[in-house]
Amino acid sequence: MSNATKSILLAGVGGQGILRASDILCLAFMATGLDVKKSEVHGMAQRGGCVTSHVRYGAKVYSPIAKKGDVDILLSFEKLETLRYLDYLKADGVVIINEEEIYPPSVNLGDAIYPGNIEVLTSRYFKKVKCVNAPDVARRAGNARAINTALLGALSNELMITDDVWNRVLKESFPQKTLEANLQAFNLGKLF
Amino acid sequence: MPVLMSGNEAIARGAYECGVRFGAGYPGTPSTEILEEFAKYEGVYAEWAPNEKVALEVGIGAAVAGAKVLVTMKHVGVNVAADPLFTASYTGTNGALVIISADDPSLHSSQNEQDNRNYAKFAKIPMLEPADSQEAKDFIKLAFEISEKFDTPVFVRPNTRVAHSKSLVTLSEPEPPEDKTAIRINAAKYVMVPINARARRVEVEKRMQQLREFVETFPENRMEINNPEVGIITAGIVYHYAKDVFPDYSYLKLGMVHPLPTGMIREFAARVKKIYCVEELDPFIEEQVRAMGIDVTGKEIFPYTHEFDPGVIERAVTGQTARPVDLPALTIPPRPPNLCPGCPHRGLFYVLGKLKAFVTGDIGCYTLSYMKPLEGLHSCICMGASVGMAHGMSKALKEKGKGKVVGVIGDSTFIHSGITPLLNLVYNKGDAVIVIADNRTTAMTGMQEHPATGFTLQGEKTRALDFTVLAAALGVENVRVIDPYDLKMTRTVMKEELEKPGPSVVISNRPCVLFKRFQTGAAKPLQIDPAKCIGCKMCLGLGCPPIAWKKFDDMPEDQIRKNAKKQDGHSFIDQDLCNGCTVCRQLCKVGAIGEEVSANE
Repeated sequence: MSNATKSILLAGVGGQGILRASDILCLAFMATGLDVKKSEVHGMAQRGGCVTSHVRYGAKVYSPIAKKGDVDILLSFEKLETLRYLDYLKADGVVIINEEEIYPPSVNLGDAIYPGNIEVLTSRYFKKVKCVNAPDVARRAGNARAINTALLGALSNELMITDDVWNRVLKESFPQKTLEANLQAFNLGKLF
Repeated sequence: MPVLMSGNEAIARGAYECGVRFGAGYPGTPSTEILEEFAKYEGVYAEWAPNEKVALEVGIGAAVAGAKVLVTMKHVGVNVAADPLFTASYTGTNGALVIISADDPSLHSSQNEQDNRNYAKFAKIPMLEPADSQEAKDFIKLAFEISEKFDTPVFVRPNTRVAHSKSLVTLSEPEPPEDKTAIRINAAKYVMVPINARARRVEVEKRMQQLREFVETFPENRMEINNPEVGIITAGIVYHYAKDVFPDYSYLKLGMVHPLPTGMIREFAARVKKIYCVEELDPFIEEQVRAMGIDVTGKEIFPYTHEFDPGVIERAVTGQTARPVDLPALTIPPRPPNLCPGCPHRGLFYVLGKLKAFVTGDIGCYTLSYMKPLEGLHSCICMGASVGMAHGMSKALKEKGKGKVVGVIGDSTFIHSGITPLLNLVYNKGDAVIVIADNRTTAMTGMQEHPATGFTLQGEKTRALDFTVLAAALGVENVRVIDPYDLKMTRTVMKEELEKPGPSVVISNRPCVLFKRFQTGAAKPLQIDPAKCIGCKMCLGLGCPPIAWKKFDDMPEDQIRKNAKKQDGHSFIDQDLCNGCTVCRQLCKVGAIGEEVSANE
């Protein structure tokens, strides 16, 4: 009983620019003439906790959040968060992992262990897993905060959105001051 | 050309489009952005009130003067505003009054998940429930029409997923606002003494009857007859969740959840075989449908608690969970929200956590200090409860409570609901130390102004409340100001005030680290010198996100610097996250934390 709606789940940690990334993604789908919906979290949930944003697109989208097992692409902004949301993916789901590790409090305190080999584990269950060193890409692009655009660049390879549309949408989304670095981060991200 | 809007942005736009130029509210997730967005429109007056009760009273006043008014709050805010609410239902509104109750199923950012549809029924006020951003905009306009037509306040209830989801909205040309304000005295309608209120009470029931007739033809209560085997009665975003998994079923989608269109429900029941009532939280629709003698399936299969998604509905109806991939059970460390690096609350609660006192807490970012490792806060009930509870606790404990009861409340929360209980503490000769954690803004909801910031919602300069003057005026003799970045001062002042009999107020004075108004450029991030660190883990006791523990076991042999006998690792500061607040440096007994490290390579 599925419909043609596709789902992308962006997941990471508060402060990584996830909401901005999902906004840009929505604008790109809109520009291609599709219906689009997204969900966000605000308030206390944003203070360094897990942040997710579902982006759903298609001819007609009903729910702004996807059910488990129905997500086409997981764009993970933080390695550990990948594991937390794997059960949202379809069997042929694509996983894009930012190699950045941000320790949760229990790990910082030495009470819990940050799991190792997350990419390997993920690859055991999903065929297409891509790893991106987004902080490195962002630094090379000239703005350490451009992690989100670097990951969008990597994501763009999985989507049927033209470079023209991406360029236009990115230009609309960033002030002149940071635009160049973000365009650069997007393009470098595309190499993954 | 449609635009991408959140439900909150769409509500603001809808109000503006239909000529509303007056708004009031108090920030609260998920409602906050409505008034912030509304305030940006040309020719609009919008204000943050100190709390929801005041916001609603401001709204009632403006409406009685003839204005069209939007009042915004989160679900628990309606509890605060409930007193004027119930009687405003009697007086009616003259102009127009729409109240947003933004509900929070799943408690994404709340202390409870009450279902405010009950308020609509309880206060006898109609309620609309939008399902997405387009409906949010459209329903606001309908709500104002209903308010004007029936002389009643009207509720609009978005939930978190409507308020904070974004979807496409078609904008309309704004209607020119019409000034209908005038002084019109009508004591029989607005002076709710018993004799007048008894008469208005009857009017309320007449209005409810008229509304029950109105809803039968209300176009946003809509029937979609597809497969007649199964019909779903639902409202709000849950409609979309259900459509996502069961696009072929028949639907009765209710735009208005109070009062319900009983005629329409009977007709729907006659046209489909099996009926499900699908609604988050309480069986609000279900109970009323059952009371009509119609057999429905509802809360026996759908959860009472937390928000739904398409999967929840599918699982409840089919009894099956889609598991396309058989994933192993993984142990994933949780990632709860945490105070930010450099948060001024951290130093304060580090000290409070060591006092062996009961710290009654309140609503704000600082509530997070209850968690490990700070554990500096021991209760959180509602806005303002810290102060009243501290007083009650000290009175009940008597001698046992001497020097052992502290109440902590944020600046915005103190203004919201802390002033009267502080007055009570003084009046009834209580013995507790009340700390006002003053970070100069309403931080958790995203830096909203309040009466002590010196600015209004629309950015005008105004008088700023002085907490020291206020506390003195309330009769508090011991008022101290501390810098929570200074642990020694914080500890000394807290101990001194706890030793004194009678009430004390301590103002913990340091702006929110995220608040741009007070940012003075980046302080140098600190580092831990592995040549000095003895691995005592004192700095980890702050729970500051940049400070982590590195085990020697996980390090290459040549990097291990053992400075104490039983040392099995050393602390480490993430330079990208640290903002140099220096609180950890004050804890380090061996001086291993500084801006520079000694030659350690």
